[in-house]
Amino acid sequence: MKRVALSGNYAVAYAVKMADVDVIAAYPITPQTPIVEKLSEFVADGLLDAEYINVESEHSALSACIGSSLTGARTFTATSSQGLAYMHEVLFMASSLRTSIVMANVNRALSHPLNIWNDHSDAMAERDVGWIQFWVNSVQEAFDATIQAFKIAEEVLLPVMINLDGFILSHINEVLILPDEELVREFIPSKPLFNRLSPKLAYTIGVVGPPEYYYEMRYQIIDAIERSRKNINEVNREFGELFGRTYGNISTYMMEDADYALITMGAVSSTAKIVVDSLRKEGEKVGLISIRCFRPFPKNDIIEVFEDVKSIGVLDRALTPGGIGHPLFTEIVTTLYDSSKIIPVQSFVGGLGGRDITIDDFKQMYKIIKDVGLSGRRKPCIYIGLRE
Amino acid sequence: MFKTIKDLPRDEYLAPGHRLCAGCTVGTAVRQILKASGGNVVVVTATSCLEVSTSYFPQTAWRVPWIHLGFENSAAVAAGIESALKALRKKGKSNEDFHVMVISGDGGTFDIGIQALSGALERGHDLLYICYDNEAYMNTGIQRSSATPYAAATTTSPPGARSIGQRTHKKDLVGIAIAHGIPYAATACPSYPIDLMNKVRKGLDVEGPSLLHVLTPCTTGWRFDPSLGIEIGRLAVLTGLWPLYEVDRGVTRLTVQVPKREPVRKYLELQGRFKHISENEINKIQEIADKNAEKFGLGPIKE
Ligand SMILES: Cc1ncc(C[n+]2csc(CCOP(=O)(O)OP(=O)(O)O)c2C)c(N)n1
Ligand SMILES: [Mg+2]
Repeated sequence: MKRVALSGNYAVAYAVKMADVDVIAAYPITPQTPIVEKLSEFVADGLLDAEYINVESEHSALSACIGSSLTGARTFTATSSQGLAYMHEVLFMASSLRTSIVMANVNRALSHPLNIWNDHSDAMAERDVGWIQFWVNSVQEAFDATIQAFKIAEEVLLPVMINLDGFILSHINEVLILPDEELVREFIPSKPLFNRLSPKLAYTIGVVGPPEYYYEMRYQIIDAIERSRKNINEVNREFGELFGRTYGNISTYMMEDADYALITMGAVSSTAKIVVDSLRKEGEKVGLISIRCFRPFPKNDIIEVFEDVKSIGVLDRALTPGGIGHPLFTEIVTTLYDSSKIIPVQSFVGGLGGRDITIDDFKQMYKIIKDVGLSGRRKPCIYIGLRE
Repeated sequence: MFKTIKDLPRDEYLAPGHRLCAGCTVGTAVRQILKASGGNVVVVTATSCLEVSTSYFPQTAWRVPWIHLGFENSAAVAAGIESALKALRKKGKSNEDFHVMVISGDGGTFDIGIQALSGALERGHDLLYICYDNEAYMNTGIQRSSATPYAAATTTSPPGARSIGQRTHKKDLVGIAIAHGIPYAATACPSYPIDLMNKVRKGLDVEGPSLLHVLTPCTTGWRFDPSLGIEIGRLAVLTGLWPLYEVDRGVTRLTVQVPKREPVRKYLELQGRFKHISENEINKIQEIADKNAEKFGLGPIKE
């Protein structure tokens, strides 16, 4: 074990190396590129014994990953934004063919206008593809989630996407506890996975599913991702035993006695924490929730922490134009529908295309959340920092 | 090398009872391809007639491992399989050893899949890519592709007051493949099974990427009697419209000699898709055959 300063991107690359992946197929795109560059370097230097496929597109990257995973190889890819969107139809195939692919998606805005900076539109547009989705808050989490992802993906036969915020996390150096490679191997042994493309089996894969069968075949994804909740918790517990750190499906800050809560995803939660600290000093009982596991959505964990809050704010960093609410807001409101309490929820949007969400922005959000709590009435979505 | 029909393996890897049209020559071609492979292959197929007709759950016609993902990515899927096998063998995680083969249509190869194909050929994966070419998107109801020949009628290149049918000429797929510096590429047709099967063997045995471009006449899309598929394939070869040749490590060689060519008219008049064309178009198509004859060394037209 050693302490090193690494960027989020390099943390992922080191985790992939320590996982001893067999095949990498990936295509460069900002801000993900340093991951594939680092992995190419590991392979070139003989530090990672893997086939690195320099595919000609993200569509082919994920297609090759499916072929590889079904042949029994531990398989990794990484992308961002347009690259993820380009993979769209293949994302469905990766989950429905029950692969164990692990992907790092370094979150970036989608065109147009072209924008290389951070928001969550890319992954939010892929909510329904049947992948497990993790969202990390720190470089350490990026590393740890990548290691955990291989174990989960290989146990439940579903692909896992790790989301880390472009630049804010991908390009920022933080101190990382880098475990010994042997410990990682103990956690995820380097072993061949099930080869479903063997001439010994002669399976037919990727069939036509007529109406009499398609429905049941698709339902298997619902079943698998629901059952994955247990594996995710168990893998996290085992990880804790070996590495001394665990993560919940959500992470909470000052929620024990909070009256007013803000829900976020990704790295902005560290700015939000600073604001929570300062408001707490002023006597405001505010708290913060950050969603780590977005798919499967941790409904029960969330209901539990909402026990005593008076109002909630949800910060979305992606849009659902013309919808009833933006993606995270909709999930939270739906979650609350099943709880016994009626809690007003205020929708916020912020930080699109790399626009900073400042400390003052968070203060303003907490003030509005409190007003909503006192009046019991929420306002239409508030677009934080939007110039009229 | 297979010399006569008697040398061919008796094993069948494409089960009877698939849902291809009666008279479809794709089934014939795939039967020959798989026989030549000896069965130790993983096959990738793009979305196409072949795919939907052989994998309709809960039935399958495939007696070898087979996978279909989408329309445009069969070369990439094959690249992933080949790389995985290579990595696992190198790392001592597997002792399996099989060939990887793609069998995809002309749409999945010439059009939407050409990027993935180019990538796979350029990277040098050890795989055999077979394009079966029925000269249109048949699965979706006979729309033109960039493999549809000049003047042919399809539902998206219909003849009309201002249209002679397909305006453009077929891409040179073997030429495109060879431009990637691959060791082996060839044309074939199931009307010449020995030739086709020897080319499959060569493609599999050569190290690195290889490509086979197989003409598969389509009774439904070309509009000819279902009994005529093999005959029409033969006429394609004998007219010089479909020369059977190979490019083996830079050396181009005609593999089926045509000492006396048939006029293209004989080929065209059997097919409904050319029913609308005039002498002018027939002459243009004859010119294509004449050019091929010159390029590949075919004989003169029969008197
Ligand atoms: C991305 C995408 N676009 C379009 C289609 C619809 N589609 C399925 S098969 C096909 C045509 C296949 O043509 P070809 O490759 O020539 O094979 P054939 O059916 O003629 O044997 C089309 C257009 C699809 N499945 N996926
Ligand atoms: Mg076709």
